[in-house]
Amino acid sequence: MIRIQCPFCGERDHSEFTYGGDGSIKYPALNAPIKDWLAAVFHRKNIRGLQLESWHHINGCRMWLLVERDTVTHKIESVRAAHIDFQKILKV
Amino acid sequence: MTRFSAWNVIKNGLNNQKGWDRQWQDCEPKDQYDVVIVGGGIHGLATAYYLTKNHGIKNIAVVEKGWLGGGNAGRNTTIVRSNYFQPGNRQFYEHSLKLWENLSHELNYNVMFSQRGHVSLLHSPSAIDAAARGYNTMRLTGSDAEIWGLKKLKQKIPHLNYNVNARFPIMGAAVQKRAGTARHDAVVWGFARAADQRGVNIIQNCEVVGIKRDKGKIIGLETSRGLISCKKVGFSAAGNTTLLWNMAGLGELPIESHKLQAFVTEPLKPLLDHVVVFGVGGAHFYISQSDKGGMVFGGDLDSYKSYAQRGNLPIVQDVAECATSILPCLGRVRLLRHWSGTCDMSMDGSHFICKTPLKNLYLNAGWNYGGFKAGPSAGWYFADLIANDRPDGVIANHDLKRFERGINIDERGAGPDPKLHG
Repeated sequence: MIRIQCPFCGERDHSEFTYGGDGSIKYPALNAPIKDWLAAVFHRKNIRGLQLESWHHINGCRMWLLVERDTVTHKIESVRAAHIDFQKILKV
Repeated sequence: MTRFSAWNVIKNGLNNQKGWDRQWQDCEPKDQYDVVIVGGGIHGLATAYYLTKNHGIKNIAVVEKGWLGGGNAGRNTTIVRSNYFQPGNRQFYEHSLKLWENLSHELNYNVMFSQRGHVSLLHSPSAIDAAARGYNTMRLTGSDAEIWGLKKLKQKIPHLNYNVNARFPIMGAAVQKRAGTARHDAVVWGFARAADQRGVNIIQNCEVVGIKRDKGKIIGLETSRGLISCKKVGFSAAGNTTLLWNMAGLGELPIESHKLQAFVTEPLKPLLDHVVVFGVGGAHFYISQSDKGGMVFGGDLDSYKSYAQRGNLPIVQDVAECATSILPCLGRVRLLRHWSGTCDMSMDGSHFICKTPLKNLYLNAGWNYGGFKAGPSAGWYFADLIANDRPDGVIANHDLKRFERGINIDERGAGPDPKLHG
């Protein structure tokens, strides 16, 4: 079991969360060229090592989090709220 | 090499088993090969075998970083079936099933393919309708499929949980009778032995650590056992495909590596003579009984991306709950082992057997849950692609550019999210 330090709820089991996927993806503007959208939707870095990913605390506070986790050891380096305004309020 | 035959079995029985040779040679890598396949699993070895057999290519090596079949070939639930719906997949998996049906004879090696039937339980009238649509489509491709009503299902598998008050009562089943299971190690060993006999060099403990490029071409592979130069290269490395792709300097792939667990219980007396699949309302479970008696089963992915070949405990619980909901008689059976493989989950749940941006590099990847049953056919079509430098019609849309063309080969209709294509 991975334990995730939710900035709102404290440390919880990963089974309370839903994995969101690659958290480093920046979605392009709606009128961006189709190539940019292709890359954002279909192509992945698939990092072996430390990666930024999103988790949804679906059975807790229902907030989206950004987690830095190693995809080999599963060790978590950092957790922060995904929304920039919450990051400011929580100062994390 | 000594062939396996009734005569040789009797002869060596009288001869204290002294007349058997090594099954395959432990080769030192040569400096140069016509084709090098990276990955010594079922797919890589089958590719090498069909390259020699169907296309007459002689100078081939299969390089494997660990031992043969130590990756996903040895980490699955050994189910073989062809009940696919999408064009391309349908023909591909049916071709594979036909190859499976003759594989033991083809390889002169008993792969213990047992066509015991694949029974997908159905739990609502609409599920029965959907299954009938899928199965009619399969029959158009020359495959076999039928729908069983409750009465027939109860006769065939009497000890499922038929309680009408169950959360999802069983109402029937979609059945493919020609489907079944095989012995995973035997398939790997059989292909290795047959490929070796045809002159393929199988090189274990040989990890690719770098790729030498000359503009748009690969000129050699740097391995832990020295530089190997090659005219053509095929990647067949499942969950580690991205690492090779990065070494070749090719950017991103529509693939994520996730882990999938499988389980086996202590051996029991004969209990279940079909493959049974239970998938409704979030449950996902498939079970069969091995020849040794262990109940072999599996469920969902471990929910998050990972390269670790070890499973997590919430899935153990999830799968155990599924097991006892359809086979309550397993309640007190003890789990013997569970293991996990790194699956190359693709963006639409279907595979890639295709050319790449590099002229002499070919890719076989994106097998999601389905790599074991696909093995012989993947080897067949991948060899054809490498030998002729063009994809066969069956795999024409299984390339990396299909998303660009607006094509998704998505059996589940789950959308571009790798973790959903279980």
